[in-house]
Amino acid sequence: MSPTDALPKTGVLSPAFRYSADKEAFGSERPPRLRGLTRSELRLVFLRPRTAAMLGFLAFVPVMLGVALRYFHDGGSSGGGGGGGSMDFVNQVTGNGLFLVFASLAAALPFFLPMTVGVVAGDSIAGEAHAGTLRYLLVAPAGRTRLLLVKFAGVLAFCLAATLTVAVSALVVGAALFPMGDVPLLTGDTISMGEASWRALLIALCVAASLVGLAAIGLFVSTLTTVPVAAMATTVGVVIVTAILTGIPQLSAIHPWLFTDGWMSFGDLLRSPIPTDEIIRNLGVQTAYTAIFGAAAWARMTERDITT
Amino acid sequence: MTASTAVGTAAIRTEGLSKRYGRDRLAVDGLDLIVPAGSVFGFLGPNGSGKTTTIRMLLGLIRPTGGSVTLLDGPMPGAVGRVLPRVGALIEGPAHYGFLTGRQNLDRLDAADPTSDPRTRDARVDEALAKVGLTAVAGRKARAYSLGMKQRLGIASALLRPRDLLVLDEPTNGLDPQGMREIRTLIRELAADGTTVFLSSHLLDEIEQVCTDVAVMSHGRLITQGTVESLRAGTRARLVVTTPDAEAAVVVLGRLGASDIVTTRDGVEADPAPLEPDEVCAALVRADVRVRSFTLARPSLEDAFVALTGEGFDVTD
Repeated sequence: MSPTDALPKTGVLSPAFRYSADKEAFGSERPPRLRGLTRSELRLVFLRPRTAAMLGFLAFVPVMLGVALRYFHDGGSSGGGGGGGSMDFVNQVTGNGLFLVFASLAAALPFFLPMTVGVVAGDSIAGEAHAGTLRYLLVAPAGRTRLLLVKFAGVLAFCLAATLTVAVSALVVGAALFPMGDVPLLTGDTISMGEASWRALLIALCVAASLVGLAAIGLFVSTLTTVPVAAMATTVGVVIVTAILTGIPQLSAIHPWLFTDGWMSFGDLLRSPIPTDEIIRNLGVQTAYTAIFGAAAWARMTERDITT
Repeated sequence: MTASTAVGTAAIRTEGLSKRYGRDRLAVDGLDLIVPAGSVFGFLGPNGSGKTTTIRMLLGLIRPTGGSVTLLDGPMPGAVGRVLPRVGALIEGPAHYGFLTGRQNLDRLDAADPTSDPRTRDARVDEALAKVGLTAVAGRKARAYSLGMKQRLGIASALLRPRDLLVLDEPTNGLDPQGMREIRTLIRELAADGTTVFLSSHLLDEIEQVCTDVAVMSHGRLITQGTVESLRAGTRARLVVTTPDAEAAVVVLGRLGASDIVTTRDGVEADPAPLEPDEVCAALVRADVRVRSFTLARPSLEDAFVALTGEGFDVTD
């Protein structure tokens, strides 16, 4: 048998052109189709049992906080006149359940939220590489840049979902355990429940946006390794190191450059009028981190040899 | 040579393809590979001979440190987006998301291809599942699949669309004998439709059964490539004579000019080289050697392979 026997009748390279000619030639379609893969990525992130466990854990944070304030709090007598940042909310919770949303976000933002984001972001590429699915996505061909964008979108979706989980759980627990009503702002004015709900949503978005820089760091770390646990631990480690750096006053010169520095700026949304400087600066810092680590992740991703 | 190996009709062509890891470990060394379009091409080599690295370079997963790859009509890894939708691949075993069902796994890989039409995705996925006989378990989580089912799911992903080229690395790994037969039949059918199949396997009888062409790698180099027949022809047939008069036979064969004469327990073996077998037989009989059987053993692909790569069982580096 000679190799000629097996030659295609239609000519060697034509079958694919035949294929591209009939099905795929509706030229109006945008060249990089992101939607299908993004939907698939969202399904991947949110169908994963681990994600459900983490969201469940986050939903439990307001429950713990609410129960503690309802049953084990001595009525705010020890308040001490507006001491420091996040604790402002805590003393208000017993008077108004809506404050549990702010208190829970303030409690979850320094560690619980970043931890879960670190897990999802660290796992994003490294997990696929570890499981071997990365090679199949790339020969599909997903395209390395396209895959990275979709992965980042998936992590951002998780940031939002995680924040909203805390907020919604806090709202439910707050309504169940505490009186609800008009909300006194930190500046002394009072706003209606409706107005306060809008501010709560803005605060949740602001908290979610605060996690974007960390998400980009996690994505970059994830492109460096094929061991997902290492990428997750490194990303969470970055949060811990940053917290330590924040705690050293001698390093105050670098504090404004840390991605955690503006995290508590969401409290400004409870003032009237809203001072936007800190919020905008925080968004700027997150954007800068995203640009830097996103570019690094892209450079690494497009050069990387896929050997798993 | 035949038309299929003429310039311009190679499904895969590499020139001086090399991959160096670190400073001095050369995994693939100056590979000049030509896979004729329409062939079923067997890619052989001992473990660690550089086969996998080569396959990954062909598919744009690993960047070569030297040389070039042309896959179908595009240079790799530059033309990945244009060429790979026409290539189906199974690389080093299947890989799946255990918590997704078989169908969801295929759906994701189909969505990953930016040129696939989302409106016909479900139909493509169903068809691919049917081709590998997984329709009944398509709704089960991939984690619960047996090794053979996972292998089938991997092959299904390679068959999501009509392909010009299939790169199958150990496709029958983990399959039961029926499954192996099915896959071989599938490969023959695809080849008959004009798909070029690049098949890496260490099952030599499998290669012998389905392949038209082969290449053999060892220590990162290409030792030989050509049709299966030409590779087999490379090892000469061996003369095996069963006789109680071994010593006399050795004398006769030696006088006739046979080489590599070896006495075995029940006779003699030799390389008949320039001689015609009928002359040898006649000469033996004339010398009163009692010939009980007289065979010209046709070499198998395995013999050819071992002759090329050596007997050693050690992993090469």
